[in-house]
Amino acid sequence: MEFIPLLFVFAVIVATVGLGMAATAKAKSASDFFVAGRQVSVFMNASAISGEYLSAASFMGVAGLVMKHGYDALWYPVGYAVGYLFLLLFIAGPLRRFGAYTIPDFAEGRFDSPLFRKIAVSYVVAIGLFYTMPQMKGAGVTMNTILGWPYWVGIVVVGGVITFNVAVGGMKGITLVQAFQYWMKAFAIAAPVFILMAVFGGYDSNLDRLAAQPKDAPTFAGDITLKYPGKDKAPSNVLSVSPIGETRLTFPKGGEIERITTVRKPEAGEDPAIFSPDLPDRGRIDEGTVVSLTSIPVTKGGMPVEKGGNPVTTAPRIEFAAPTEVAFRQGDRIPNAQNNGKWIEPYGTLTSKYGYPLLYTYSLIIALVCGTAGLPHILVRFYTNPDGRAAKRTTLLVMVLIGAFYLFTPIWGTLGRNHIPELLANNKTDAVVIALPKMLENKVLGQVLSGITAAGAFAAFMSTFSGLLVSMSGAFAHDIYGKILKPSATPNERLNAFKVAAIVVGVASMGLGLLVETFDIALLVGWAFAIAAASYFPLLLLGAWWRGLTMPGAAAGMLIGGTASLGAIITFMLIDKKVLTFPVDPLVKGLLEQPAIWGVPLALVLMFVVSAATRSQVPTDIDLKMLRLHAPEELGHSRNYIDEGIAH
Amino acid sequence: MRISNEPEALTAGLTVEEQRRLADEVMRKQVALSIRVAVVFLILLLGLPLFNFLLPDLAGTILSGFTLTWLLLGILFYPLTWFLSGYFIRESDRIESELVSEHREG
Repeated sequence: MEFIPLLFVFAVIVATVGLGMAATAKAKSASDFFVAGRQVSVFMNASAISGEYLSAASFMGVAGLVMKHGYDALWYPVGYAVGYLFLLLFIAGPLRRFGAYTIPDFAEGRFDSPLFRKIAVSYVVAIGLFYTMPQMKGAGVTMNTILGWPYWVGIVVVGGVITFNVAVGGMKGITLVQAFQYWMKAFAIAAPVFILMAVFGGYDSNLDRLAAQPKDAPTFAGDITLKYPGKDKAPSNVLSVSPIGETRLTFPKGGEIERITTVRKPEAGEDPAIFSPDLPDRGRIDEGTVVSLTSIPVTKGGMPVEKGGNPVTTAPRIEFAAPTEVAFRQGDRIPNAQNNGKWIEPYGTLTSKYGYPLLYTYSLIIALVCGTAGLPHILVRFYTNPDGRAAKRTTLLVMVLIGAFYLFTPIWGTLGRNHIPELLANNKTDAVVIALPKMLENKVLGQVLSGITAAGAFAAFMSTFSGLLVSMSGAFAHDIYGKILKPSATPNERLNAFKVAAIVVGVASMGLGLLVETFDIALLVGWAFAIAAASYFPLLLLGAWWRGLTMPGAAAGMLIGGTASLGAIITFMLIDKKVLTFPVDPLVKGLLEQPAIWGVPLALVLMFVVSAATRSQVPTDIDLKMLRLHAPEELGHSRNYIDEGIAH
Repeated sequence: MRISNEPEALTAGLTVEEQRRLADEVMRKQVALSIRVAVVFLILLLGLPLFNFLLPDLAGTILSGFTLTWLLLGILFYPLTWFLSGYFIRESDRIESELVSEHREG
C-alpha cells in the first residue's frame, strides 16, 4: 500500500502540467506572459496569490514547528498571514495605481533613475534565489521521506516540471495552476484533519490533555529503533535525553559520538558532568552497548548546587559524529521534547533560547510582517489586478484564504505531539503532515490520507517555485534584457528572453538546491524574509507615502539594511555550524539570528537621514507621482507600463 | 513599453500649486485611515506578547479546552485581520468615491 501516496503525487504533477498546457494555448501576447493580460478576476487572483504564497515552509514546516515548539511557533503562521494587512493598508493600492509592474519599475519610475532600477533588480534575484533554495530542499527531503527517492531526484522532478511549465506558459499558465494549487493545498491540509480528529480526539481535547499534565513529557508508545545522522547534518545529530525519569539507550550496531554536553548550560566553576561510565565522551560506541541515563545533580567543587532550596540537575545531550542507530524502549520519555507545560505556554524553547524571549518574539514578528509586504514574487501579482480597488479586494480575499489554511496547521502539530511523538526524537517533525495519517488503524485509509497530504506538499513546492521563477525570469527579461541590455527589443524578443531566463534560472535553482541539503529550511526562508523586510519594505512604504524620499536615500537604506541583515544571518549560521568560533554574547546571537528588530529601523533611519541630506534630488514632479500613486483611477492619473500587450 | 511623464487627463489643466494641493488632500485622507487601522492592529499584535509576559496566569486560563492565549493567537487573530481589512476597504472606497465626485468636474 506504500504505492498509494505515489499515485497522488503523480496525479498532482499531471494536473499541474495539464492545466499549464491548457492555459498556454491561450497565452499569446507578451503581456499575457508578464502580467496575465490584467484580466484576472479578484477570486482567481487571490487564489493564485495564496497558492503561490503557501510554500513548503507553510504546508509542512509550520505544523512541524508547532509540534516541536508549541505556542511560540504559532507566531509563524500568524506573521505570514497578517503581513498582508500591512500590504493592504500601505502598499497594495498605490503600487497597482502607479502602473509599474515590478519593484524595479517602481524604483525607476518613482525616482526617474535608471541607475536605481539596476540596484533594485539585484534584490529580486537575491531574495528569489534564497527563497528558492528551501523550496528545493523541501522537495528533495519530502520525496526522500515519503517515497525513499534520493534527495536529488525530488529536486530534479519538481524543478524540471515547474521550469518547463513556466517556460511554455509564463504568467498566464501559472495563474490558473496556482489557483488550482491553493484549493488543492487547502483541501489537503483540512480534510484529513477532520478524519484524524474523529479518531484521535478534537483540537480542544488534545490541547486540554497537555495542559492537564504540565510537568510530564511525551513517551514512546512501543519499543522503537531510530536513526540519527552524523555531524554533517547538524543540528539533527543531537539527542537531548529527557530530564524526566530514566531513558535506556541501546546501540545495536554501535556508533560514533562527537561529544557529550549537558542540556542545561553549565555555569562557571561547575564540575564536569559524568553521566554513564559505559558511554564514551567521544569516539566509537561498541556494538550492543546499553546505557541507562537520567538527570544528575550539578556540583561545584563537589558540593551540590541549589536554586531556591532545590538541587539543580541536568540531563545529557549527545551529538553523534557518524550516523548511529539508537533503540529506545516503550514508556521512556522521548528525547529532544520539552515538557507539556513549556510547550503549551508562551516563551518555551523557541523564543527563550537566548534568554530574551520578548526581544526574540518581537523581532520574529517584525521580520514576518514586514518581510511579507516586501516579497517581490508576491508583489508582482498585484499588477495583475485591473485597478487599485481590485488590488485591495484581492488582498482581503488572500487574507481569508491563507488565514483559513493556517487555522488547520497547528491542529496537525497538536495531534502529532500526542499521537506520533517519536518524530520529536530525531528531528523529523517536518514530516508530521505526511506521517500522522499512517498512525490510523485502517492502513488503507491512512495511506490515502497520507497521499493527499503528500500531494498537497508537492503542490506547495511547485507553486512557490513557479512564482519565484516567473518573478526572477521577469526581472531578467523585462529589466535586465529589456531595459539594460537591449532597450530596442521587440515584444517577441523579450518573450524569448523570458523563456531562456526561466530555463537558466530553473536549472540554477536546482543546482543551488543540491548544495543546501545540510542547511535548515527555516534558516533559508529567514534569509529571504530578512532581506525583504529590511530592503524592499522600507523602499515601498516610504516611496509610496513620503515625498521627501530621494534616490540616494532609498538606495542607501535598501542596500545597507538588506545587506546588514543578510550578513547577520550568515554570521549567525557560521557561528552555529562552528565555522566561526569566537565567543558571542547570547543577546548578540539572538540579534544575529533575528535581525529584523534592528535591520528594518536601520533601513528606515538611513532613508530619512540620507534623503534629508540630498533634498535637492527630490523629483520635480513629485506631486504628480503622488497623485499617480494615490488618486482613484477615475481621476485619470494612473499609468500602465506595459502598453504593447493591449495593442495586440 | 514606455515611462511617461507627460501631463495627463485632469492634471493637464492644473498648475503646480493646484497639483500639490490635490496630492496633499488625497494622501492625507488615505493615510489617516491607514494609520488608524494600523494603530489598532499594532496594539493588538504587539500587545499580545506583553500580555503573555506580564499576565501569564490570565493568558493560561482554560476556555473550553484552549488556553486563552492559544485561542487568541491560534484562532481569533485571523478573523480579526479579516474584520480590520473589511473595515479598511469599506472606508477607503467611501473616501475615494468622495474624492472622485468632488474633483471630477474640477
